[in-house]
Amino acid sequence: MTPAIELIGIDKRFGSVHANKNVTLSIGKGSIHGIVGENGAGKSTLMSILFGFYTADKGDIRVAGRAARVKSSADAIAHGIGMVHQHFMLVEPFTVLENVVLGAENGVLIGPALTKARSELERLARDYELDVDPDAIVGSLPVGLQQRVEILKALFRGAEVLILDEPTGVLTPNEADHLFRILGQLKDQGKTVILITHKLREIMAATDHVSVMRRGELLATKRTADTTIEELAELMVGRRVLLRVKKGPAKPGKVVLNVENLIVKDRQDVARVNNISFNVREGEIVGIAGVSGNGQSELLEAIAGIQKPASGRIMLEGHDLAASDPAEARRLGIAHVPENRQHRGLVTSFDASESAILGWHNDPELGRGFRLDRVPVIARCKQGMAEFDVRPADPLLLSAKFSGGNQQKIILAREIGRDPKLLIVGQPTRGVDIGAVEFIHRRLIELRDQGKAIVLVSVELDEIRSLSDRILVMFDGAIMGERDVLTDERELGCLMAGVIREAA
Amino acid sequence: MASPRGELPAWVDIAVIPLLNLTLALLVAGLVVIVIGESPLEALGILLNGAVGSLKGWGYLLYYATNFTFTGLAVAVAFHAGLFNIGGEGQIYIAGLGAGVVGLGLSILPWPLVLPLAILACMAFGAGWAFIPAYLQAKRGSHIVITTIMFNYIAASLMVYVIINVFRPVGRMAVESREITSAVMPSFREIGLWLGIKLPNTPLNATVFLAVIAAWGLWYLLWRTRLGYEIRTVGANVDAAIYAGIRPSRIIIIAMLISGGLAGLMAVNEILGVQHRLVLEFAGGAGFVGIAVALMGRSHPVGVVLAAMLFGLLYQGGTELSFAKPAITREMIVVIQGLVILFMGALEQAFRPWLAPLFVRQEA
Repeated sequence: MTPAIELIGIDKRFGSVHANKNVTLSIGKGSIHGIVGENGAGKSTLMSILFGFYTADKGDIRVAGRAARVKSSADAIAHGIGMVHQHFMLVEPFTVLENVVLGAENGVLIGPALTKARSELERLARDYELDVDPDAIVGSLPVGLQQRVEILKALFRGAEVLILDEPTGVLTPNEADHLFRILGQLKDQGKTVILITHKLREIMAATDHVSVMRRGELLATKRTADTTIEELAELMVGRRVLLRVKKGPAKPGKVVLNVENLIVKDRQDVARVNNISFNVREGEIVGIAGVSGNGQSELLEAIAGIQKPASGRIMLEGHDLAASDPAEARRLGIAHVPENRQHRGLVTSFDASESAILGWHNDPELGRGFRLDRVPVIARCKQGMAEFDVRPADPLLLSAKFSGGNQQKIILAREIGRDPKLLIVGQPTRGVDIGAVEFIHRRLIELRDQGKAIVLVSVELDEIRSLSDRILVMFDGAIMGERDVLTDERELGCLMAGVIREAA
Repeated sequence: MASPRGELPAWVDIAVIPLLNLTLALLVAGLVVIVIGESPLEALGILLNGAVGSLKGWGYLLYYATNFTFTGLAVAVAFHAGLFNIGGEGQIYIAGLGAGVVGLGLSILPWPLVLPLAILACMAFGAGWAFIPAYLQAKRGSHIVITTIMFNYIAASLMVYVIINVFRPVGRMAVESREITSAVMPSFREIGLWLGIKLPNTPLNATVFLAVIAAWGLWYLLWRTRLGYEIRTVGANVDAAIYAGIRPSRIIIIAMLISGGLAGLMAVNEILGVQHRLVLEFAGGAGFVGIAVALMGRSHPVGVVLAAMLFGLLYQGGTELSFAKPAITREMIVVIQGLVILFMGALEQAFRPWLAPLFVRQEA
């Protein structure tokens, strides 16, 4: 059988960066093919070439056995290639139907296209379990459904090959399961799926074949059934990695953070955090699990002083933080690694040394009086980079040019470096490669062992389970319960879905 | 990994692209001149000779450049805070009021005392006029583009009223104040006489040094102080600024006060340096030219000074050209200036895609 996609000798450079080195890859029709690799391994570049965002310097693309010139995403779509991006390309105020038709209106009037799209959507919903209300406003849909709209868009345009870039990063475990069922059905109908991901477990569960990339090279393509997580992880990073963090028992001391009856409301006056109370002690990590969007972000921002609580108390060693602002929260000893590092954690248009003082730019040692001296600013950045193994260790490089993992290390170095009493961390390893994940986890455990109090919010249940000493599960703004780390995944999953199942 | 498309070496960005854009602007302008029936090369020669061919030309060029530097810096500092200050024109105009109030009201004070006071008054009045839109933006969310435009009109009407009803000497027909005699910026001709050098009579005065100091000062503020860091953070990423404990509303107001103060300095050049009296419409559109200057100078003080000099050249050379070639009217000069703005501002990035392969390949 001819392969659906063949990439032959693809080579691509960006300036001095050799992003793809002579990559040759063949993807069988009607299969699910995973591509794994660290950040910066070249997966996204390769897929961008296939989808026409970039043009390869060398190499050929063949679609269904025939040479194809893919110069733009329109070419790719014409060849039956569809892509679901990590960050969705949807018009939020439009309905599902309008989004699906967007760019495929076929004429001046939109009516006929909408009618056609409606019946097509019904068929797709039947065939692939892709149920979405065609008249719902996309912006009001949960992330999982928005992703389905993206898949529908691609299928509506006649995609035979579907590329999914980190599709489960934003999904709940249930939504992810559903996604994989959908992918399975697509495969059964003869479609080809390319899955780009960091998550080896998903690769093992969902794919038929898997290719590993490292530093622009395609190292190996294996049948998933013939390989193991450990083997893939080793291929990816080139050495054995610890998937489970080693840690001793916690030695909790006195209470550092005490949250009492906290209520945080959004602009529409809806309680996003609904009457929450908990403690965090010295030397322990309290993990807050939950599907994203259930109030964890608001809780973190309230502690950090960014959002003002509607009522309740946030006490840090006796100081009430409820009325404070982020500057005061920092002065009192709170360090905050924000959930969305591109959005809040650093300024991508600043060089690394300037991002490395964000929030701490009033430190007296960075310059006398009103001045901000370059020498101490750069020195501090260099020190943080050395300590956290940031690559490249160049304080003058633009923050945007670091990979996700290295950006996160810059932020961690900044926040941990100020010797805080309490560290609040949101999604510390989202979009971070395995090598950096291990490093970041180790640093968090070290901090705990130095007697710091840590609040960890993550949508990765694995991360919560391997790092936390206690787990709180949030659902719809409230804490559903506290569990210890030995609680099995299924029970936590139920709590995350709002189902309380007290152990009998 | 995936670096932004069309990454170019820094020198291409700084030198090649602006030069290419300028050349294209001149080529298109040349076509316009041909259509009128004049020789474009001759016109270019007159333009350049008129601006940089004599000391007098240079004097005018630098005088215009002084105005545009102040207004360009004013727009640039607001840009860095993520604000679009279109109100330079009104802020300059109101700053003239400061010059008039101090220059005429405190004229009994000696020169070394009254001149600095008058300069400070210009800055304070310009800043004060910028404060109201800034406050409305920061606290009420009124869009600063709209409010500053409206404040230009209010300033224009207010100044007509004030000059006619307050400053105009009784019985005088001309709509202008009486002469400011004490708070006066020495002209280059006077400075030359002190030094025993004979310089041509041009509007160039000591304010040009103030413009250089202002450019350096703004650079220092933005890149070497904590306040400048906060301003740039708010402009680059408001969410990150809030995370960092910076209050955007406070920075919006401060940045606009600085912006208005810088715009106000143009009144020093015009009122204290050249006119020596409060006159109508003395801002003459320089507040708007400042937007083009800031765009072209990429909001960097060095770029702003260079762009201001380019516009000074076009203003002065253009005036000479319209004298020498009656077929090329003032309006044609405006068209040529417009083309320069179009190619260097609006189409600044248009030729990058063509340049990218030329330079990126070489490096790889």
